[in-house]
Amino acid sequence: MFYRETGQFKSKYKEELAAFPLFEDKIGIGILLLLAYVAIPLFGIPGLSYEFTLSAIMIPVVIFTITTLGLNILLGFAGQISLGTGAFMGVGAYSCYKLMTIFPDLNILICVILSGLVTAFVGMLFGLPSLRIKGFYLMVATLAAQFFLEWAFIRIPWLYNYNNSGGIEGPNKEMFGIIISGPQSEATTRYFVCLTFLVLLTWLASNVIRGRIGRSWMMIRDMDIAAELIGVRPLTAKLSAFAFSSFYVGISGALMVFFWLGAAEVESFDINHSFTYLFMVIIGGLGSITGCYMGAILVWVIPVLIKEIGKTSFGYDAFVMENLSIILLGFMIVVILIVEPHGLARLWQIAKQKLRMWPFPY
Amino acid sequence: MEALIEILYLIFVSPFAEMVAYPDLFFQGIWDGFVSGTLYGLIALGFVLIFKASGVFNFSQPILVVLAALSLVSFYKMGIPAWISVILVLVMFYVLAFLIERLILRKLVNQDGNILFMSTIGLTFLIIGSAQWIFGGRPSAMITDELGLPNGSLEWPMFGGGVYFEMIDISAAVIASIMIVILALFFSKTKIGRGLRAVADDHQAALSVGISLNQIWVIVWFVAGVVALVTGIFWGARSDVSFALQIIGFKALPVLIIGGFTSVPGAIIGGLIIGLGEKVFEIYWGPLLGSGVEGWFAYIIALIFLLFRPQGLFGDKIIERV
Repeated sequence: MFYRETGQFKSKYKEELAAFPLFEDKIGIGILLLLAYVAIPLFGIPGLSYEFTLSAIMIPVVIFTITTLGLNILLGFAGQISLGTGAFMGVGAYSCYKLMTIFPDLNILICVILSGLVTAFVGMLFGLPSLRIKGFYLMVATLAAQFFLEWAFIRIPWLYNYNNSGGIEGPNKEMFGIIISGPQSEATTRYFVCLTFLVLLTWLASNVIRGRIGRSWMMIRDMDIAAELIGVRPLTAKLSAFAFSSFYVGISGALMVFFWLGAAEVESFDINHSFTYLFMVIIGGLGSITGCYMGAILVWVIPVLIKEIGKTSFGYDAFVMENLSIILLGFMIVVILIVEPHGLARLWQIAKQKLRMWPFPY
Repeated sequence: MEALIEILYLIFVSPFAEMVAYPDLFFQGIWDGFVSGTLYGLIALGFVLIFKASGVFNFSQPILVVLAALSLVSFYKMGIPAWISVILVLVMFYVLAFLIERLILRKLVNQDGNILFMSTIGLTFLIIGSAQWIFGGRPSAMITDELGLPNGSLEWPMFGGGVYFEMIDISAAVIASIMIVILALFFSKTKIGRGLRAVADDHQAALSVGISLNQIWVIVWFVAGVVALVTGIFWGARSDVSFALQIIGFKALPVLIIGGFTSVPGAIIGGLIIGLGEKVFEIYWGPLLGSGVEGWFAYIIALIFLLFRPQGLFGDKIIERV
């Protein structure tokens, strides 16, 4: 009813390829941006406390959406499976920490971007086996990355400046006279920083994916030998996918430690976290940017809400709620895979199609 | 330059010199590696059974091991005699296999391998959550005495020192070998075994000659559960019974890579290579890197194998058609 392309004619190829070819899509994105930038920081989510909304829901969701974008680029667009996401986030976090201690005057946002580049390099290194192997074999190779990096975060004291706790923590960092990171910063400020990163990175991802590199990734994903025959270089395509994906994951890791947790140890980057990010991608939908948002929101928010409601309204034990949320996560995965293996993004697409036709069935 | 020579010496000379100087320590390491290798092999065997029969890469095998050990101990603590607990666990695994087939696999027939694999990750989380809820997450000791497994150790004097053989390790090796022989016979001689191989070969052809896919899947998941129970008992005896066993279970993945996804002997030989390799590396080269290398060395061995033989030692050659 509201969502029709009727009457919106395109006279140039450029318009055809635009990110949001439909006028309604532009309005929708505008409303979402307004909600995220204005409404939520001003009013929070009704029914939940403001502090809880920002630091337990919005900031992690924004950060994990960046992680999911990164993993989805690798898994959904380039078809290379990875179970090392958690450890790559660790690479981002630790390299940001080292950059901040080596160059104390450097702006923290530049540190975050540089740590993304460092992670991209490490990701490329661990992506090298993908040139020879694929599928489940590649998965085991990325497990090697996960366990090796976890070990490195414990056994190389240089990474955490030889402190006794073995963890890393962020100092207060200022920008334009406002403290944007560290223990004294406001949740709202940190939320704005993360959100801006997310918006910019989403914009970048959607353009890269529609461009030449992104199309070469999808060719490799669909059939690598055929792609090679028509002139896609597997070396550049696969390694650039690993680098690009790790860049996102690294940035999200740095943001997670310095804009959300404040301090972190190796446990924040272990294999169970890698699985959670994989779930976000699967539930959201492989090969879809919208899906990244949906997956991250669903997988993160539902357990948090269940724990919160269980604790405050029913007074359940934290242990029970923890297990309940693990069970629910597993259940969600299985149900989504049975109902719609392409994830929430596909369901959303179907809904949009229905809306377009409404009230007629065909 | 001197530092370089020093490092080269530490890497290439002194470990071997130590091996020769203290052969008893070397043999102790080999024995430990052999036992853990056998157990890795057993976990990998669980993977191989399911992969062969249904093409599902069963990621939940490690958690099945944890579940088996945990439920066995918990049943015993409830006051049920040890042997009846074992039977109860077996019944539980049969019910579980039935439910998995009925509720998950049957709905996912004909889906891509990746989807099936991911559904087993979902299953893993379901099992973790429920097992933790029902049985609690605290580590506990395995009930080896009550199961009639021998304890204590044998000391075998040699080269001026002595090598200790824990009785539980010896029984692990013996029972694992018996189990492999039984499984091999089961696969080649029985009707069900032939059915399993037929299904592995071609789903549709198997269906057309009247083999019930669903029944085969229940059986194979149950057999994988039995393998998990045996592995769980012995790993539980070596370390505590806890969810940390799951991480050990992941070591079966590099084992699979070395042995090949479809080969039963491959799983065992791969397990031995990984077990021996990582133990020896940990003892002689680990201190150079600051120890704890056991966590990832297995994966590095697997990566090196992959570079030369992507299909594993005994795996079928991968032929791709465009």
